[in-house]
Amino acid sequence: MTNEITIHLDINGKTHSLSVEPRVTLLDALRDHLALTGTKKGCDQGQCGACTVHVNGERVLSCLTLAAQAEGQKITTIEGLSDHGAELHPVQAAFLEHDAFQCGYCTPGQIMSAVACIREGHTGSDDEIREYMSGNLCRCGAYPHIIEAVREAAKVMS
Amino acid sequence: MRDFSYLRAASVEEAINAAALPATMLLAGGTTLLDLAKCGVADPERVVDISHLTGLDTIRVDGEGAFIGALAKMSRVAVDAAIQQQFPAVSEALWQAASAQIRNMASIGGNLLQRTRCAYFRDPATFPACNKRSPGSGCSALEGVTRNHAVLGGSDACIATYPGDLAVALTAFDAVVHLGERSVAIDDFFLLPGSTPNREHAMQPGEMITAITIPTSVAARHSTFIKVRDRQSYEFAAASAAVGIAFEADGKTISDIRVALGGVATKPWRARGVEDALRGRAFEPEAVKQASRLAIEGAIDHGANHYKIELAPRVVERAILKTGAMA
Repeated sequence: MTNEITIHLDINGKTHSLSVEPRVTLLDALRDHLALTGTKKGCDQGQCGACTVHVNGERVLSCLTLAAQAEGQKITTIEGLSDHGAELHPVQAAFLEHDAFQCGYCTPGQIMSAVACIREGHTGSDDEIREYMSGNLCRCGAYPHIIEAVREAAKVMS
Repeated sequence: MRDFSYLRAASVEEAINAAALPATMLLAGGTTLLDLAKCGVADPERVVDISHLTGLDTIRVDGEGAFIGALAKMSRVAVDAAIQQQFPAVSEALWQAASAQIRNMASIGGNLLQRTRCAYFRDPATFPACNKRSPGSGCSALEGVTRNHAVLGGSDACIATYPGDLAVALTAFDAVVHLGERSVAIDDFFLLPGSTPNREHAMQPGEMITAITIPTSVAARHSTFIKVRDRQSYEFAAASAAVGIAFEADGKTISDIRVALGGVATKPWRARGVEDALRGRAFEPEAVKQASRLAIEGAIDHGANHYKIELAPRVVERAILKTGAMA
C-alpha cells in the first residue's frame, strides 16, 4: 500500500510538483525525483555537510529535512547558485582559483555553506572561517585551500 | 527508515491532540528525529510537523528574564543581542554546539529533547540490549567501550551521557520549561536513569514544550560556557561547564555562583557542592581549585571514561577563573 503525498517545491525559482512517501528527505527528492544531483549524499546522517542547501537563504542539511517540510519554502541548490549560462558565483570561482578540492564530492556542500558563511559575516579570520565551516567535512583534507577560497571570495563579495 | 503518515499541524492544539496518539512523534527541526529514524532507533507511525506553526519562535528579554519560544532556532538565539548581554553562557553554549547548518534547523525545544550519543543506543541492529530503547533488555555499554559515557548520575541500567550544551547553561541559571499551561523547573525536567532510563524527562504523552524562560540574575549576566572536546568544533563535549558569578560590593567576595556540568553525566548536572563551597568566600585561585574537585563528587568510572573524572574539575576550575576575571 502506498502512502504518497503530493507536494510542491520551489527550487531555484521554479516550482516542481511531485508525489512522494512522507519519509522522503529533501535530499532524496532533489536527487532521485528531480534529477538535481549536484547536491551530494555523503553520510545521510547530518554529520558531513555534503547535502547542504539553502532554505529561505539559510544553509541547512537536506538529508535531515523532509521534502514535505520544505513545501512553501524557497530552496536553492548548487545548480541555482548562478543564473543559467551566466558567470560562476564568486565562491565557485574562488574554489576553482584556489584549487579548493581534490575529489570534489564535498564541494557543492562546501560552496553552499561558504556562500552562507560569508553572508552571515563569519569570515573575520581564518579561525572564524574554520569554526563556521566545521559542518562540512572534506575527506581529502583540502581544508587549507578551502579556507583560502572562502577568505578570498568574502573579499570579492564585500 | 520505515514510512509514516505525515500531518502538518495547523495549531498547537491540533499538534498536542495528534501527539497523544500512540507511536506519534512531533517534528520540528528534524535533526534528532530523522537521524534516529535512519538509525532504526525512532520508529514513528505518525509524524506531526510543527515546524510551520507561527508565534512559537519569539525571543524576548526584559527585566524579569528571557522568554524563548520552543520553535526559535538555535542560531537565532545564539546571536540575539539581549541574550548575549544578559545570558552570555547561553549564547556560548549554542554557538559551540553542532554545526551552522544544524543550528539553523534545530529548535530550542527539540534541542532539550535530543537523545544520547551512546553508540550502543544508536545501533539497535548490532546491539539489541539497551534499557533506554527496550526496557529490561540490558545495557551493552556497561561491558563495552565507555569512553563517552557518564561518570555521574548513572545506574546499573544505563550510563548514557546527556549530550546537549544548551541545557547545561539553562540548568546553571534555573530555567523553566513550559509545557503549555504547566511549567517544570529544568532540574526536575530531566530525569536520572535509575531503573527506567527510557524515561528521560518529565513530559507526559500529548505534552509539548512551548517555551523556555530564564530568570535574570547578576550571575547569569556574568557567565561563561567552556566546552572541551576531541576536536575543536562540531563535536559533543568531553566535558563542559556553565558558570556564573556575582560578587559583593567589595568586588572579591562571591555572593552567588552557579556551576553546571555537561558531557560527563546522565542529565545536565548542577554542581551544588562547588557552589556551596565558594559562596560567601573570597575569590581566590587555590580555593577555586579545591572547590572545583567537588564537581565530580560521587563519580564512578567504567574504565575508558576515567579521564572525565580528571577533566571535569579542570574545566570547572577554568570556567570559574575566567568568569571571575570578567565579573
